[in-house]
Amino acid sequence: MKRAGFSTRWLPILLLLPQLSIILIFFYWPAAHAVKSSFYLQDPFGFGETFVGMKNYTSLLKSSAYLRSAQFTVIFTLLVTILSLSLALLLAVKADKVIKGAKAYRTLLMWVYAVAPPVAGVIGLVLFDQTWGPLKDFFGLFGWDFRLGVNYFDTAFAMVVVSVWKQLPVNFIFFLSGLQSIPKSVREAALIDNRSASGRFWDVTFPLLAPTAFFLLIINITYALFDTFGIIDTVVKGEPSNNPMTLVYRVYVDGFRGNDLGGSSAQSVVLMVLVLALTVFQFRMVERRIHYT
Amino acid sequence: MAQVTLNALRKVYPNGFEAVKPASFTIEEGEFVVLVGPSGCGKSTMLRMIAGLEEITEGDLHIGDRVVNTVDPADRDIAMVFQNYALYPHMTVRKNIGYGLKNRKIAKDVINQKVEEAANLLNLNDYLDRKPSQLSGGQRQRVAMGRAIVRDPSLFLFDEPLSNLDAKLRNQMRIEIKALQRRLGVTSVYVTHDQVEAMTMADRIIVMNGGEIEQIGTPSEVYHSPASTFVASFMGAPPMNLLDVSRENGAVMVGGQQVAEFTGSGSVTLGVRPEDILPDANGSFEINVTLIEELGAHRILHAVWAGQPIMISVTKDVAAETGPLRVAIKPDALKYFDPQTGRRL
Amino acid sequence: MKRIKFETIVDHSILILGSLIMILPVVMLLQMASTTDLETMRNGPGLVFGDQIPINFEKAMFEASGFSGENTGLSMLYNSLILGFGFAIGKIVIGMMAAYAIVYFRLKFATMAFWIIFTTLLLPLEVRILPSYEIVQKLGMLNTYQGLIIPLIASATATFFFRQFFRSVPEELIEAARIDGAGPIKFFIDILVPLSRTMIAAMFIIMFVYGWNQYLWPTMITTDEGMFTLVRGIKQITQTLEGTNLPEYGKSNILQIIAILPPVLIVIFFQSWFVKGLTESDK
Repeated sequence: MKRAGFSTRWLPILLLLPQLSIILIFFYWPAAHAVKSSFYLQDPFGFGETFVGMKNYTSLLKSSAYLRSAQFTVIFTLLVTILSLSLALLLAVKADKVIKGAKAYRTLLMWVYAVAPPVAGVIGLVLFDQTWGPLKDFFGLFGWDFRLGVNYFDTAFAMVVVSVWKQLPVNFIFFLSGLQSIPKSVREAALIDNRSASGRFWDVTFPLLAPTAFFLLIINITYALFDTFGIIDTVVKGEPSNNPMTLVYRVYVDGFRGNDLGGSSAQSVVLMVLVLALTVFQFRMVERRIHYT
Repeated sequence: MAQVTLNALRKVYPNGFEAVKPASFTIEEGEFVVLVGPSGCGKSTMLRMIAGLEEITEGDLHIGDRVVNTVDPADRDIAMVFQNYALYPHMTVRKNIGYGLKNRKIAKDVINQKVEEAANLLNLNDYLDRKPSQLSGGQRQRVAMGRAIVRDPSLFLFDEPLSNLDAKLRNQMRIEIKALQRRLGVTSVYVTHDQVEAMTMADRIIVMNGGEIEQIGTPSEVYHSPASTFVASFMGAPPMNLLDVSRENGAVMVGGQQVAEFTGSGSVTLGVRPEDILPDANGSFEINVTLIEELGAHRILHAVWAGQPIMISVTKDVAAETGPLRVAIKPDALKYFDPQTGRRL
Repeated sequence: MKRIKFETIVDHSILILGSLIMILPVVMLLQMASTTDLETMRNGPGLVFGDQIPINFEKAMFEASGFSGENTGLSMLYNSLILGFGFAIGKIVIGMMAAYAIVYFRLKFATMAFWIIFTTLLLPLEVRILPSYEIVQKLGMLNTYQGLIIPLIASATATFFFRQFFRSVPEELIEAARIDGAGPIKFFIDILVPLSRTMIAAMFIIMFVYGWNQYLWPTMITTDEGMFTLVRGIKQITQTLEGTNLPEYGKSNILQIIAILPPVLIVIFFQSWFVKGLTESDK
């Protein structure tokens, strides 16, 4: 708050009203509703509901399909995060270094940010097409019979590739702007102190980028968990069957398609707890990070 | 023009911190008063209470014949110049200066005329259609001044207006502001932490420390007759020498030698300005010079006198070298302070 | 001749490779959109561009894709624009108002309002998607623009962003304005909004792209084909590629290019604002 803030009473309330009412109706109400439904079993034909306590949660833990999804989600998230972060860092370091064409590279490497995830998914479908997909043909050269949508591993592979491709620009932008905000004097000091370029990178540049990298880590985990929905939905062509799926996709499939509202709500609540834990962790780390700057 | 009266004005922040202890004084019509003190002494808070930007916890504030405690800043008939100028970055100089008038629903041509007049006064005519970002520091400072004078206020408030300028520009603007205030004759309150600014600009200086007023007086009074050790060491560069000395039977002793007579006994703080200690081959005291600071027109000698550091200011004509030096002290230059409270005895 | 360092060559090679990986997939879409459907069905993406773009473009824009015949490329483009603009404008206006109230007023329940609003940053729409759907259904907002846009606004990203920015605006500005006789509304309109222009532009770009690219929520809320956005329509388009004798590859690829073109162009042309908006939100 500002020292000399206005003391008018009615105006701030009026200003907050739209935001607060939208949030109450479309955030708190549904969130509370999800928590509540997770303790009930809905009649599939819409005739009332019965309280079942923790049963929705226990049956989740017993469901092998759910656990398989959970396992896949963890692996998927790790791969997407690590791959897109490290590739983006490599590209950002190079883009920060070159003198000629720096601006062109920057544009070329970031514009995919604006591509919608499902379009990225469709591009994946083309690349791995069963009859003439260029990447499928390429892998065929090495004797890998790539079968998108049929083979579990191959489908998961395609999902990771597309998700990394789509996420690379965000990481690139953040790393590049992080690199550019390192003071010139610090770089020059490092140049005098350390002869080896890689030594300079790991001793000086990387530690200074660590706050950005940490922030991106959280962003990427959230992305892999939630924003990849469009990619997964298009890659499996809306037919999950035996294909790998993430937890968020399962919430949608079980609840919206399968009409298992209680189970789906329980899944939502599990995800909420997961995200909350992630955020608390992030805030903790951000508090530490302040000392850095 | 207005008289400003503070009657036991006090500021306590919600967290319990007492920024300004009850303060009372009157600023006469047309007077230029400088509030000076180190950062955190409450001088800015006091100014902001006068401006209406800070709520008054207790006491009364009169501007002219009104009590303005709860009057909105815009209705106090004041103008303020801020440390970082607080110019509206997206408005041209013309709009910046005229914004306050526009809000008072004054006719456009009147505003234009007044803005031109103010610009004339401040040599800003050529810059009226520029944005603040296209101006130098000194020009921005002038725009901030223009914004203040264009409104014909009955009171000017300045919050460290020169501290963002470089030394040369600061000296120049100091003179300009003072001359302008003389010319317009508007009552002014000026906050600064720079004692040189306070000395050169003020009709009267109010020295503050720790939320309390230490002394109110003309520059000369404050300099030559400080009310406390704080004022003595804050005003003047180099500051007044303060020595812990003892009194024996009404005699003030330094290093076993009688310096002056002063009734009472026990320890006392002796204050003497650096320029009041004069090198004199026949002087009664001997000090040991350890370092000489050359300032061109004069020199500062850093010395030790009976184990305590002191400084002496001499003109350039006085030859100086390190080592023992005999000095004399003007008897009426000696001031005495209570070593516990720091108040003048 | 100046000696070119080996290291520089490696650097450029890596960057060029990266750029190609980013660009080639979309060039591939464009190539497929330029040939006949028959050619694509037989050989897939090739190296030679054809002359079919105008024909495919016309099909994509004006021929209906769905069963009801209501969603042409044009109608989907229209809906996407409404979603993009509606979402971006709504979010910025509401966010600025709330941030202004929180930062610039002495408000007793400011801290409480802050927490109510900022808790929403924690949970993305995806985790509460079903109950949100039910509520929109209850309110009778399925297949409406309000139902499409308003629930997406129910998170505080823009509010948070503007709060950060307002806090960085020098204190003295509001003080000077108050002495100049500006009340809360005047200060907002005369000073704060013009001062925030760059920030508003940056936010607008990010929010427009975000809104335009929404997929899951429109998929659930719009069942009426006339309400489909381009991104939402993609799923239906790809599904029609399955099982038909001669899938309309050209039309489908054109639609995808149209779906990515507006946000991509905005991001490229307003790059510096976009980058600023994106990276500032991190603070």
